[in-house]
Amino acid sequence: MARQDEDGREAVIAARGLVVGFSGEPVLDGLDIDLWRGEILGIVGGSGTGKSVLLRTILGLNARSAGTIEVFGEDFDSMSSEERQRMGRRWGVLFQQGALFSSLTVLQNVAVPLREHMRLPDDLADELARLKIEMAGLPTDACGKYPAELSGGMIKRAALARALVLDPDIVFLDEPTAGLDPIGAAEFDQLILRLKATLGLTVFMVTHDLDSLATITDRIAVLGNRRVLVDGTFAELRSFDHPWVRAYFNGPRAEHFTFG
Amino acid sequence: MRSADGARDDVTVLGIAGDWTVETVSDVLPTVADKVAPGRHLVFDGSGLGRLDTAGAWALIGLMRRQEQAGGSSELKDFSKPATTLIAEIDPLGRDQLPEPGRINPITWTLEEIGRGAAALVSDGYLLLATLGEALAAFANVVLLRRRMRWAALFNNISGASIQAVPIIGLMSFLIGMIIAQQGGFYLATYGADVLVVDLVGVLTCREIGVLLTAIMIAGRSGAAYTAEIGSMKMREEVDALKVLGLSPVEVLVLPRLIALIIALPILTLVSDLAAMAGAWLVGLFYIGIPTDVFLERLRAAVTPTHVLIGLAKAPFMAAIIGLIAAIEGMKVKGSAESLGEHTTAAVVKAIFMVVVTDGVFAMIFAMIGI
Repeated sequence: MARQDEDGREAVIAARGLVVGFSGEPVLDGLDIDLWRGEILGIVGGSGTGKSVLLRTILGLNARSAGTIEVFGEDFDSMSSEERQRMGRRWGVLFQQGALFSSLTVLQNVAVPLREHMRLPDDLADELARLKIEMAGLPTDACGKYPAELSGGMIKRAALARALVLDPDIVFLDEPTAGLDPIGAAEFDQLILRLKATLGLTVFMVTHDLDSLATITDRIAVLGNRRVLVDGTFAELRSFDHPWVRAYFNGPRAEHFTFG
Repeated sequence: MRSADGARDDVTVLGIAGDWTVETVSDVLPTVADKVAPGRHLVFDGSGLGRLDTAGAWALIGLMRRQEQAGGSSELKDFSKPATTLIAEIDPLGRDQLPEPGRINPITWTLEEIGRGAAALVSDGYLLLATLGEALAAFANVVLLRRRMRWAALFNNISGASIQAVPIIGLMSFLIGMIIAQQGGFYLATYGADVLVVDLVGVLTCREIGVLLTAIMIAGRSGAAYTAEIGSMKMREEVDALKVLGLSPVEVLVLPRLIALIIALPILTLVSDLAAMAGAWLVGLFYIGIPTDVFLERLRAAVTPTHVLIGLAKAPFMAAIIGLIAAIEGMKVKGSAESLGEHTTAAVVKAIFMVVVTDGVFAMIFAMIGI
């Protein structure tokens, strides 16, 4: 049975005692983190505190030297490769640079998970892919374009469409609004909120965008000293007594956020 | 999943039950497709609905649209709140037709491809000359001490293109030398002229085989590497960054590689010549039965410095052609991984072809001047 928090929400991801290092001092040492069903969790931390390493470790892209990761209450290490593959359909990842396949059009990119994991008629796969492209806020004529022909914001939207095409339970976002203009970033925030409401997503988001953190996250975890320093809402973290956290949440760029 | 019918008056109730998800949608669609009721009011009863995702909602919306097109009407009844939100979110989407990819006329397509090929030939020639000119200008600036030579890059490239290629070039040439000696010796022995195998291997490798093999090897080894390096720098806008910094990509990227190849190829040719003759000596000694002193004496008589120099003289030209083609193809790489592969392949194919053509041109020139 999966862990539950005080409100009875199930932990879709529960990591305990993670130790990850690359030849030398560990980047993460004894890190614990939970992701509760239905929440948007923001991960922040200074440069080099291991935000991306944590994300990649949970996804199984980095090896870890100690610790356990439970996904939907099952230990990731004890899964067979088929179970892991099935798990791959239950989460979607938006990589920082989009990671769209450069030799495929947007429509083909988004349809890849459908074609590889599902046995669907071709035209239905195309229709579903196109639906997700529209849900991600791209115009229909973007479907036939190649990634090299897209702007940064469009690449993020296309990559989000690909991450969401199988209606996953969890979506991992690595700096989703980095490189977008403020209007585009705000739209992207709203898009994630709307998709969360319609698709019932749980979101794990690495970000530095204070606007995103303040508007869409339910909870923020701060990484530091190779583990989670503290977690809480934006308002709670403002009053937390740690120099970096105080500087981050009360700095000149964070001052104007007010909470009820 | 089930879709239960229940007809009364002009209203048809269609029960939507079970999971409607991406995993089940291709099974459920055929069973409900004929449930459209023209001229009637269709009520979808969602009280028995299990999980619903985008694919399921899309299938449901497709059914509703078909019902409307068939001249009927429809409504949703007893759907859960998340399901209603999802359907409402998707309902306005997917209405415009996807743009059809343009049809291709085979005749105009063929003509277009021929035209493009011809134009590409001309523009390749132009690019080759332009890059050669730019490289020569950059080299002149270095010689005149107006720009400094990038020694670190140059020596790195020389090491990569020459020293690290010695084992494979040496081994390959050694084996080829053995093969030529063995085959030649076999036939020459029938005339009792088996000692002439030394002349055969010596002249053949020094004039033609050594330099040709080495150049083809280097086109595949270093040429491909240079195209991939320059191409991926082009993809990641590193080449643009150089231009914006006021540096010439030809001077920074192409010149050191070009000079490295021009220095490396003659050295490797010499390695290849020596290795091939070593192979021939081994076969001569143990297979044909030519003693070492006889072998060396014949070699001294047959292989004059002219033969060796003819081989070596071709090497720098071939090196320049390999380097220039690799650089040009690298610069032509566009955004996709596919394009990188395409141009790397093109670089190797064109370089090998041009190397062989160059060899033929040299053969004609040498025949004309009689050496």
